Amino acid sequence: MVTLAELKGQKPAWCPGCGNFGILTAFRKAVVEEGWEPWQFTIVSGIGQAGKFPHYTMCNTFNGLHGRTLPVATAIRLANHEMPVAAFAGDGDCYGEGGNHLLAAIRRNVNVKLFVHDNQVYGLTKGQPSPTSLVGMKTPVTPSGVTEREFNPVSAAIAMGCGFVARGYAGDTGQLSELMKASFRYRGFSLLDIFQPCVSFNKLNTYDWYKQRCYHLEEDYDPSDFDAAFERSREFGDRIPTGILYRKEQETYEDRQPVLAGQAPLVKRVGKPSGLEKTVEEFA
Amino acid sequence: MDYTIKVGGAAGQGIQTIGFTLSKVFSRYGYDLFSYQDYESRVRGGHNFYQIRFADSKVLCPREPVDILVALDAASIPLHSGELSDVGFAIYDSEDIKETHKGRRYIDVPMSRMALEQGGSKIMANTAACGAVMGMMGMKVELLQDVLATTLKRKETLESNIKVARAGYEFGNTNCPECSFRPAGQASAKMTIEGNEAIAFGAIASGCKFYSAYPMTPSTGILTFMAGHAERHGIVVEQAEDEVAAINMALGASFAGVRAMTGTSGGGFALMVEGISLAGMTETPVVMVLAQRPGPATGFPTRTEQSDLLFGLFAGHGEFPRAVFAPGSPEQAFKLVSKAFDITEKYQVPVIILTDQHLADSAWSLDGIDLDHFKYTDYRLRGAEFAGLTEYKRHAFTESGVSPLAVPGEGPHVVVTDSDEHDEEGHIVEDAETRTLMVDKRYFKKLPHVKIEIEPPLLYGAEEPEVVLVGWGSNYGVMREAVDSLGADNRIAMMHFSELYPFPEAGRAKFMGTLEKARMAICIENNASGRFASLMRMETGFKFERAIHKYDGRPFTLEGLLEEINGHLSGVKRTKAGMVPGVR
Repeated sequence: MVTLAELKGQKPAWCPGCGNFGILTAFRKAVVEEGWEPWQFTIVSGIGQAGKFPHYTMCNTFNGLHGRTLPVATAIRLANHEMPVAAFAGDGDCYGEGGNHLLAAIRRNVNVKLFVHDNQVYGLTKGQPSPTSLVGMKTPVTPSGVTEREFNPVSAAIAMGCGFVARGYAGDTGQLSELMKASFRYRGFSLLDIFQPCVSFNKLNTYDWYKQRCYHLEEDYDPSDFDAAFERSREFGDRIPTGILYRKEQETYEDRQPVLAGQAPLVKRVGKPSGLEKTVEEFA
Repeated sequence: MDYTIKVGGAAGQGIQTIGFTLSKVFSRYGYDLFSYQDYESRVRGGHNFYQIRFADSKVLCPREPVDILVALDAASIPLHSGELSDVGFAIYDSEDIKETHKGRRYIDVPMSRMALEQGGSKIMANTAACGAVMGMMGMKVELLQDVLATTLKRKETLESNIKVARAGYEFGNTNCPECSFRPAGQASAKMTIEGNEAIAFGAIASGCKFYSAYPMTPSTGILTFMAGHAERHGIVVEQAEDEVAAINMALGASFAGVRAMTGTSGGGFALMVEGISLAGMTETPVVMVLAQRPGPATGFPTRTEQSDLLFGLFAGHGEFPRAVFAPGSPEQAFKLVSKAFDITEKYQVPVIILTDQHLADSAWSLDGIDLDHFKYTDYRLRGAEFAGLTEYKRHAFTESGVSPLAVPGEGPHVVVTDSDEHDEEGHIVEDAETRTLMVDKRYFKKLPHVKIEIEPPLLYGAEEPEVVLVGWGSNYGVMREAVDSLGADNRIAMMHFSELYPFPEAGRAKFMGTLEKARMAICIENNASGRFASLMRMETGFKFERAIHKYDGRPFTLEGLLEEINGHLSGVKRTKAGMVPGVR
């Protein structure tokens, strides 16, 4: 059985107190509880502080380009649909640079787990606004405050029919770890948006700010109710719910793709294909 | 015997159906064939044509004189009548185009009426046209029936079409008393293949298991062919949300352990540029097809040009090796796509296949496809071999610079790679020493190995030529035929480059010697500024004194190229105007 110690990677280059540490703790715990060996799953990450995530644990890793986690993760999963694949991205990476890929990933419903480190600011490039920054937030490039309305990722995902939409908070690693496990166990594309305080560049959305607002969805909350889920996903003010907002079993891409459904992964079927003679005949 | 049929009309009238059907008939008849398409960027209307040349000897390019013009619209007659050869005829349907043409060269064929009367549907007028052409040529109508039988699956549809084909055939055979066509006898049947099909088939036969692309002319045919054959050959084909996703998906699939390819044209390739750099840094194998069309920007979406050679060569930030191949025929496409997969897997460097609309959309006849030509070597660490290792480092330093490429999940070691500079394990680093070692590994150590694989250009024609025609990619056919035409009166040869980068080292003394000793070396390119000539000068210092450039979006025809070459041979050199209109 894999242990927490075995999931320790490189020494993190995050700032002391960074919300990312909570995400790392929750993730390691979830992986130990799932019993995955480091070589049995793959993490794809992009660029930003979240992009460094896989280096700080132990796993197969493709740390690619800014905004491009989802296309890479999708294709890894299509080439090997027995491999658990997660994508770790920041709010700028996934909701900004890679926005189009998010829409396509929800539509495709390939079994990829998306975890977004949402700190509502750009950290690595030092404090510019992100798609989730609140209107009016002052940053070096918005000295009079952010003018664009903030993107609500959970509402957008529910509206598009994403079958697993959840919100967690890096300061609540117990719940976060459970949300990660639930996401792993869900068949299909899932979005877990994780509030993650940036102690260096976001002086507005601090640990205190999140602590005052975040509350767990009630035990009797029914995540299968689309209308209720959409309504709760829009609650973003004095109180913000965390937990599984929406959950619905639905057919995955892998179920619908005739080359994959019920068959061995592509990676086990390499080599020159059969049936070439038949295709040659078509040219006759 | 060397005949050309031209089918002209508006988009949506069935030009491709007629062109494709006749091409297949002629190939099956045993003739050698070259067909190409000229179409506009629209779904309906405008003016398009499909031109088929067939002969009893090798044909590799388009010619200008047309022997039978099938005019499906009124515009085809004024546009193409001037192209009719000495023995040429035009056929049209006066009921369709609402006009009549006098003169013995114009034959009014009631194609729509035959279709309605014999087949019951006006769309079968296209079959009547095919029949009429066969009748005028005096070929056997049975071959047309065979081809219809392979394309039309529904029994009733097939039977009606055969009736229409026969009616068209009878009409053509009896209503053109002056037709003097003497087609050669039937020979053993040949196959027909288009450039895009050759690229796609080459990829499938080379073990490509993943193809991701965003539709873009003229590369879309590859996507369609791959998708149409995905189930049979066990390939995942995914239409990506954009070209950025397409290249990143190909890299993801490759990282996971399967051979992957993507394809696009210039504008899409521009979006893939960050991805080729990612392939370079992560040393992830990938084959990219760049099917050129005239630019800049949207340019001529459906036409041809060779202007992206240097773009493909230099695309991507940072320094990393790559290979660039440009096939000039289906046979070269098979060989080079297969080689592209071999090189990308063996050395973990991206390989670009550079084609263009002329290669992509043209059709050739083939004697057959030898499947043994597709070699397959698995260079990856898999299963027991990977599992048996005591440790594994994805980017381990080795003498060749090539690190073993393991398949994640198949052994008890993690596989880690990064777009950041990384250490041997694949983790982010910042130190100067590792950086230098990694650049040495990726660039300086691997490059010489890739270079060794590159073959010299193809020399065709005279042994010690006085005149050398130099070119690359899709100009292969027209240059070769130009050499055949001029060979009797000139010591002339063709030097065709299909493995463009790394620039060939092998045989360099010989081919450079040929160029330097020649009285005249002419660089022939479908572009304005001589992209290959620039590469040649950069790599060898050789400067072409003469060049033939065509950048109107159309391919060279044999006659067009011969005229240009003869201008150079007779000492007539075109001068360029010094004036710059519009600049104050």
